[in-house]
Amino acid sequence: MVLPRGPCAAFLRCNAAAPCSSSPAMAFTFAAFCYMLALLLTAALIFFAIWHIIAFDELKTDYKNPIDQCNTLNPLVLPEYLIHAFFCVMFLCAAEWLTLGLNMPLLAYHIWRYMSRPVMSGPGLYDPTTIMNADILAYCQKEGWCKLAFYLLAFFYYLYGMIYVLVSS
Amino acid sequence: MSQPGIPASGGSLTGPQAQNGAASASGSSYTNGPIQNALLSAQGYNSQLPGSYSHLLPAKTLNPVSGQSNYGGSQTVTPLNNYQGPGQTLHRPPVASNAVTPSLHSGPVPRMPQHASQNPAATPMPSGGFHPGANVPPPLNWQYNYPSTGSQTNHYPRVSTGPTMSGNTNLTSHQYVSSGDPSLQNNFIKSGITPSTNNGSMMVHNRYDEIEGGGFLATPQLTDKNPTMSRSVGYSYPSLPPGYQNTQPPSTTGMPPSSLSYPSGPQAFTQNSLGANHLTASMSGLSLHPDGLRVINLLHERNMLPSTPLQPPVPNLHEDIQRLNCNPELFRCTLTSIPQTQALLNKAKLPLGLLLHPFKDLMQLPVVTSSTIVRCRSCRTYINPFVSFLDQRRWKCNLCYQVNDVPEEFMYNPLTRAYGEPHRRPEVQNATIEFMAPSEYMLRPPQPPVYLFVFDVSHNAIETGYLNSVCQSLLDNLDLLPGNTRTKIGFITFDSTIHFYSLQEGLSQPQMLIVSDIEDIFIPMPENLLVNLNESKELVQDLLKTLPQMFAKTLETQSALGPALQAAFKLMSPTGGRMSVFQTQLPNLGVGALKPREEPNQRSSAKEIHLTPSTDFYKKLALDCSGQQVAVDLFLLSGQYSDLASLGCISRYSAGSVYYYPSYHHQHNPVQVQKLQKELHRYLTRKIGFEAVMRIRCTKGLSIHTFHGNFFVRSTDLLSLPNVNPDAGYAVQMSVEESLTDTQLVSFQSALLYTSSKGERRIRVHTLCLPVVSNLNEVFLGADVQAISGLLANMAVDRSVTASLSDARDALVNAVIDSLSAYRSSVLSSHQPGLMVPFSLRLFPLFVLALLKQKSFQTGTNARLDERIFAMCQVKNQPLVYLMLTTHPNLYRVDNLSDEGALNINDRTIPQPPILQLSVEKLSRDGAFLMDAGSVLMLWIGKNCGQNFLSQVLGVQSYASIPQTMTDLPDLDTPESARTIAFISWLREQRPFFPILYIIRDESPMKANFLQNMVEDRTESAFSYYEFLLHIQQQVNK
Repeated sequence: MVLPRGPCAAFLRCNAAAPCSSSPAMAFTFAAFCYMLALLLTAALIFFAIWHIIAFDELKTDYKNPIDQCNTLNPLVLPEYLIHAFFCVMFLCAAEWLTLGLNMPLLAYHIWRYMSRPVMSGPGLYDPTTIMNADILAYCQKEGWCKLAFYLLAFFYYLYGMIYVLVSS
Repeated sequence: MSQPGIPASGGSLTGPQAQNGAASASGSSYTNGPIQNALLSAQGYNSQLPGSYSHLLPAKTLNPVSGQSNYGGSQTVTPLNNYQGPGQTLHRPPVASNAVTPSLHSGPVPRMPQHASQNPAATPMPSGGFHPGANVPPPLNWQYNYPSTGSQTNHYPRVSTGPTMSGNTNLTSHQYVSSGDPSLQNNFIKSGITPSTNNGSMMVHNRYDEIEGGGFLATPQLTDKNPTMSRSVGYSYPSLPPGYQNTQPPSTTGMPPSSLSYPSGPQAFTQNSLGANHLTASMSGLSLHPDGLRVINLLHERNMLPSTPLQPPVPNLHEDIQRLNCNPELFRCTLTSIPQTQALLNKAKLPLGLLLHPFKDLMQLPVVTSSTIVRCRSCRTYINPFVSFLDQRRWKCNLCYQVNDVPEEFMYNPLTRAYGEPHRRPEVQNATIEFMAPSEYMLRPPQPPVYLFVFDVSHNAIETGYLNSVCQSLLDNLDLLPGNTRTKIGFITFDSTIHFYSLQEGLSQPQMLIVSDIEDIFIPMPENLLVNLNESKELVQDLLKTLPQMFAKTLETQSALGPALQAAFKLMSPTGGRMSVFQTQLPNLGVGALKPREEPNQRSSAKEIHLTPSTDFYKKLALDCSGQQVAVDLFLLSGQYSDLASLGCISRYSAGSVYYYPSYHHQHNPVQVQKLQKELHRYLTRKIGFEAVMRIRCTKGLSIHTFHGNFFVRSTDLLSLPNVNPDAGYAVQMSVEESLTDTQLVSFQSALLYTSSKGERRIRVHTLCLPVVSNLNEVFLGADVQAISGLLANMAVDRSVTASLSDARDALVNAVIDSLSAYRSSVLSSHQPGLMVPFSLRLFPLFVLALLKQKSFQTGTNARLDERIFAMCQVKNQPLVYLMLTTHPNLYRVDNLSDEGALNINDRTIPQPPILQLSVEKLSRDGAFLMDAGSVLMLWIGKNCGQNFLSQVLGVQSYASIPQTMTDLPDLDTPESARTIAFISWLREQRPFFPILYIIRDESPMKANFLQNMVEDRTESAFSYYEFLLHIQQQVNK
């Protein structure tokens, strides 16, 4: 993967991350900080995704009651979305345009998903009355796997991005 | 608890034994019959901790947790925990009997009859019922009147003849016919004596069983078990000619004409021939109706509607299997030939699914009482007619192909009193059967029947005057409420406050308690709000008499429905039961308050109408109710918009039903008043099952995609039904997950576990068997067009809620186009012009067009939002027969009825006029036409209708003197009148509810409704049938 480090990055490094850069060999820039943070948060998101996959698998195999399952899953939806949105904003501040661009589809998806959620009084997405519908169940499972894949790739990408930023500065 | 883990044989003897001791004690108390239930079950309750009730129901095995899911569990647990019931010790039904077999099977068959005499000696019995002694029936009776001689014409009189019962005690006691017939049930209740005789005798039996079963398992004297362990009966057959399938009075079709004529020769394993292995032969000899193979050009042959009611197609199965198959009224599949792979199914573009009417009132239903219900070890399927017996001792499950052992007591056939004929047992001879469930199927003692009525008494409600007629109906039917001595009843009224009524025994009059704190609702007193109906009957009657007057002067206009429902839920949650809510306006106070959303000028556009609920309050409450086994039935009697889309959720997810009476008013709308009365009567007196769950299993390779109906889906194949009623239908969409290439038959089994109003736990099992085909043409040939239309309607309702109405309409049209183009491109070799359809689908375009014009999916300004949503609720909740009638009514010409081709039932002659197409061209001004739309009958009188008909049938002098609203035919002493009335009452008898007859003349307001049902004609916003065909043809030939 090629990381074009444009003039913008350089510009931002000078400004925003100036106080952080202490070591001359490996500058600890704001961008690097973003990548580190994203790395940690993505690790958390990976756990979210795994949890999600397991939860739906349990539903599918009848281990769990849909009401319980929705009650455990629903509170996790917003945190996940917020975490993701949070480091998207961080990348925006760090002017990591490519990284941001890569995350935009997921961000848009999250916004769309939450906008089109069923009528609910609490936070969350999953409605115990429809969750057992085979289509929805399959969709949620697929969503879980896709997200897991995305987060895993993103994890390594952030790792690479972090090292690249650290080394290139 | 891990069910699969417990070996079926002796290994687990000690565990179950201990448990069985307890179970049998409590078990006997349950089954002891309603009379002693209160007492005994209390005992049973005490004897076991709630948690230790051993396991329940059609538990799917592979997963221990779901097996445990103790959804409705005991009240001591918080609702959330209930779902899992983690700490429970659950046991599968004691299979231990196998372990003991060696000792007993030494006995040859002829020994068996002796057991009967040995038994009582061995086990002290409260009734000597079984002993061939004084009050014991001759052994013949013991055979349940089954034709032991092989005679096939055995009719057992319906047991519902209440009065004769007492004389028959012995007979009935061995009879176990407890049919699902509502009249029978009502009889139980009506005459206080009848139940005691009948149930008393049943009790004798159960008790016998239990004692025996218990003793059997707990003590080593096992040999006595066999002869009596499982009995079935009810082998009574309607006294109709064999050809009744053509005439089909519904009452007689309750049971498949199956086992009646089972070959009575000594063919040890005829069952094998029914198994999959031998099917090829039978399949090759398929006898399709020659008509069935025709390809029809719909554009040329316009009159495809048969003149007699459309019969469901008969699956192309060997006749031996088909004979045993489930009645299509109870269980039918959209494709009677199941495609082998999902690819094939996708190619056919037809929906695969089941339509069920599992709790239908049945005239004849074999009921088996047995301590061991034989089920597959691995998938928990109930043994059914389509399993194959590998040899005497083993059977192979037809759903998962697991080989199971035949339990010892199953070897004895109580019908023939022969040993070693497991394939002749009633379980294997009937696709529809009911088991009396032992205590393993209970999570808690069976609940008493609990009825709570919640009345809106705001100013608006009092204005409509509904309270009068409801209270009157209740008073009239109080003694007919299904129940036993444990029946409980309670009342809540609400306007801006909630009123409770204490009906404590000993009070001189009911005491009203008002809770005005609707923000944080509480129950003002712990007891006496739900009271035993028998003990406090006078107070209840008192209350019902005074209630309508109590609020006559109320000025309170607000309605706090949400808090009232919460209060009712709190009141009922310890027991579960049925909550009947009467609401007359949009709730506007407290939680669950709603805002008007209907915009009349937007009715015409199919977009942007509010089909989705505006709040999830009612849904959440319904889920809580469902968890506590409470079902909510909603009666909406409202003139204005009441947001049924939101309110309906309360019934939808708690397995209740919705009734809607638009613009109900006691004076201005007498027709609605009559309708409410009739429907209320049916509602109050119909059979009811409490704390029910239904599981649907299907052969490995098929899987359930979506359920349709009123319930909560608890796991992939389990529906939670706090109440189940005989008027509810369900639909299931299926998909083919794995290829079915290595099997020729697939089976579907629905098992409904419920607590009857008599406090018995019962399991009603229906099994349907269908052939698998690999050829697209055969898939098309086996299509069941009514079932397909029914399933499509259900899917379209879902689609209109999730997407939009226009989407749903497009989807319906596309369903026709896709399947017909699939047929054209893949099956037809030569591409002729025109619209070619297989014979089986010849009515498909017509039915879909009818659906498009049905209230749920129609466009145009004349559908009010609530009415549309109510129609959608009906689509989801009605059994297929009625759904099809509302969609595509039957039209008859009735001014020239003759006895030609008439039916003869019980000395009554019922004329059978041909069914006409729904087109105005079939009407004529000089005739009278009856339209049967399921829940309504409309009699349209032409302007120049013969004087003869007017005077002889309607009893009026001239056309002008027909009253504006006439809903009854006078009973005149003329042959014409007799014929018409016979025909109409025959139509009415076929359904459990009472369709109101509207007599319509040209100026009547109902005329629009009548003409609206003319689905073949063009309307302002919809195609005519011919235009629709042209449209489809155009799309298909693209």
